[in-house]
Amino acid sequence: MSEYILCFVLFCIGLYCVLRKRNIIKIIIGLGIIEYAVNLFFVLIGYRAHGRAPILAKDQAILNMVDPLPQALVLTSIVIGLAVTALLVAIAIRIYEKYGTFDITKIRRLRG
Amino acid sequence: MKNPEKGMTLIVKTITRLTVGLILLYGIYIVLHGHISPGGGFAGGVIIALSFIHLMLAFGKEVALKKLSQAQASILESLGAIMFLSIALLGFLGGYFFFNFFLHKGSPFALFSAGIIPLCNIAISLKVGAGLFAIFTVLVLFTPLEINRFNKDNGNNSNK
Amino acid sequence: MILPFFVIIPLGTAFLISLFGKRIKNLSDLLANLGTLSLLIFSLYSIPQVFVHKILVYKVGGWIPPIGICMVLDGLTSFMLVTVNLVSFLVTLYSVNYMERYTDKHRFYTLFMLMLAGMNGIIITGDLFNLFVFLEIASIASYALVAFGTEAEELEASFKYAVMGSVASSFILLGIALLYSYTSTLNMADISLSLSGKPAGMMVSFVAVLFLAGFGLKTALVPFHAWLPDAHPSAPAPISAMLSGVFIKTLGIYALCRVFFNILTVSSRLLFVLIVLGMISMVVGAFLAIAQTDIKRMFAYSSISQIGYIIFALGIGTPLAILGGLFHLFNHAVFKSLLFLNSGAIEYSTHTRNLNRLGGLSRSLPVTGYTSLLGSMAISGIPPLGGFWSKLIIIIAAIQAGYFVSSVVAILISILTLAYYLKFLKFTFFGKINEARQNIREAPGLMKLSMILLGIICVISGLLIAPLFKPFLQSAVNVLLLGNGYKEAVFGALR
Repeated sequence: MSEYILCFVLFCIGLYCVLRKRNIIKIIIGLGIIEYAVNLFFVLIGYRAHGRAPILAKDQAILNMVDPLPQALVLTSIVIGLAVTALLVAIAIRIYEKYGTFDITKIRRLRG
Repeated sequence: MKNPEKGMTLIVKTITRLTVGLILLYGIYIVLHGHISPGGGFAGGVIIALSFIHLMLAFGKEVALKKLSQAQASILESLGAIMFLSIALLGFLGGYFFFNFFLHKGSPFALFSAGIIPLCNIAISLKVGAGLFAIFTVLVLFTPLEINRFNKDNGNNSNK
Repeated sequence: MILPFFVIIPLGTAFLISLFGKRIKNLSDLLANLGTLSLLIFSLYSIPQVFVHKILVYKVGGWIPPIGICMVLDGLTSFMLVTVNLVSFLVTLYSVNYMERYTDKHRFYTLFMLMLAGMNGIIITGDLFNLFVFLEIASIASYALVAFGTEAEELEASFKYAVMGSVASSFILLGIALLYSYTSTLNMADISLSLSGKPAGMMVSFVAVLFLAGFGLKTALVPFHAWLPDAHPSAPAPISAMLSGVFIKTLGIYALCRVFFNILTVSSRLLFVLIVLGMISMVVGAFLAIAQTDIKRMFAYSSISQIGYIIFALGIGTPLAILGGLFHLFNHAVFKSLLFLNSGAIEYSTHTRNLNRLGGLSRSLPVTGYTSLLGSMAISGIPPLGGFWSKLIIIIAAIQAGYFVSSVVAILISILTLAYYLKFLKFTFFGKINEARQNIREAPGLMKLSMILLGIICVISGLLIAPLFKPFLQSAVNVLLLGNGYKEAVFGALR
């Protein structure tokens, strides 16, 4: 049970990082922490104590195996996270080029 | 290699020259054995992309881009996606989208089995490898005032 | 049989364009328009299919659904597909001319088609994780499209939007993970089946809250709305039309409805939350819209307000209210995309969007002027046009259900809507023309054509509740009213 709670703690740390930090790069890192917390949680759901990988091997009967579906789903979700992070970094570089700062409080041309 | 000022020191360059081919081969191995052992299109594609990124880190961007330029990477990426989609479309031969239309029953531990899954793995590895390399080069080559749109969406509804 | 093509066509078009679009001139225009046209034809063809078969389930790869992925075509799916593909076809028609001023047109079309593939995928899929993947494809493409012009404001808006959108996606993924751990399946119908066998507990409520936060952020309901007024105006006009017209409805309202009504059994508390959120969005959006001087920003706030109407109607939950809500969804998709396309045409001719610097354009831009008039009148609910009927149904349903105060507020907000659209018309098309703009010219032909077509649909969309066309809308409503019976429908179609 405690590992699930730790995942939620990690999620909240990431959320805090996104909401409170002023540096754009730190916000992107915070988003990464959120994603990893969710992915970790998803993988832990499929974990079985003393389970093994669900791969057929010669002359072995598999009695207790780890649920492979969350692992496949997390792989997809990691790729999505990669795409989002790359896009955000590219936008952050562009923002630095236009505004000359990474400080989110100084990047406020849009309001109202 | 010819230009000693570019890139890292001699030690790094020598080691890279020795290992980069092995890394590439390992990536191809992972891709081809994706259906019978852990790994697959995505993991293998990442390793293939890493071999090129390794080259770029050690020798500077010119050497790596001579081997695989950005335009080529983007073409390979699109080709991978179209290949994957056409494999899926060929499934209509068997009546269903994504149908495993030839060598229907896979046999364990046989490399040439499992129908379309190895082909899908190859398509995914093309897509992921070229895509990851393109992302890296776009972020490395970034120069101001360069009109360069990023297409980062890896279209990954596929590699489950 | 037709179901997978809703995803195949846009994906294939996207990658073909990215492969050949740079080398062959005009190919990208042609391919994109052909793609969206064929999608429109397919989605219109799906309507009779739904009437004949009621529900169609497609097994991807020939695997039986609880194991494999399935695609489901029912009334709601068909309704949303028609809405999305109608708007997207007219928008691609418009962007042939409009996107000339940007450099990389083929990349625009690639991203556009990826976004369309994501939206169609969300609508058609019957698998919860697939829904998440398509949602992310659509979202990432839209982040890139908002930043397409790479000006300072656009980048800022896109960054804001991408951060908020990613947080929303994480909430949704967490909800899916919890639901998977609780039911150990990802198929929507199977989840519903599994949940109905378990006692109601805290878990389902917690998942519902996570989904509400996630999809609410994508829908831009008021506590979560901060990104929308930045992101939608910053994008190029065709993308604004897509984002405001269909994107927030597909990613937000459709997904919300499907998850709440068909998977988690909707409770009266949850419906009450929807009513409250809808009311707040309605009021706040309208009041913020009045003060704006930027045309597109005003439209964006107006979108928040109109989305509030739809969510309010869905929250009431009676058959009549859901009918009104879905009808308003269709109407809003049509007139909001028309208005955004109009604002694009104004910007195309005059190079400004500021209301204070415009005026007297009705003589030099007649087509834009008249279609804007139609769109504005439709959105504020002037009788013969489509918007009037949908708002009337919503208000009648609210009174029938006993929400008197809410219905009075809805009427007042409708008057407020009329006020700020009159402000838009007055400052843009009437009054004295600026001397420097005496000889501006109207937008090119295809832009005019798509605006005129949308204007015509705006006028005749009221006919959707006429007896001849009502079954189309009613079959969508029936899916939501079916509620928990969705699982029997899906599994029944498999047998």
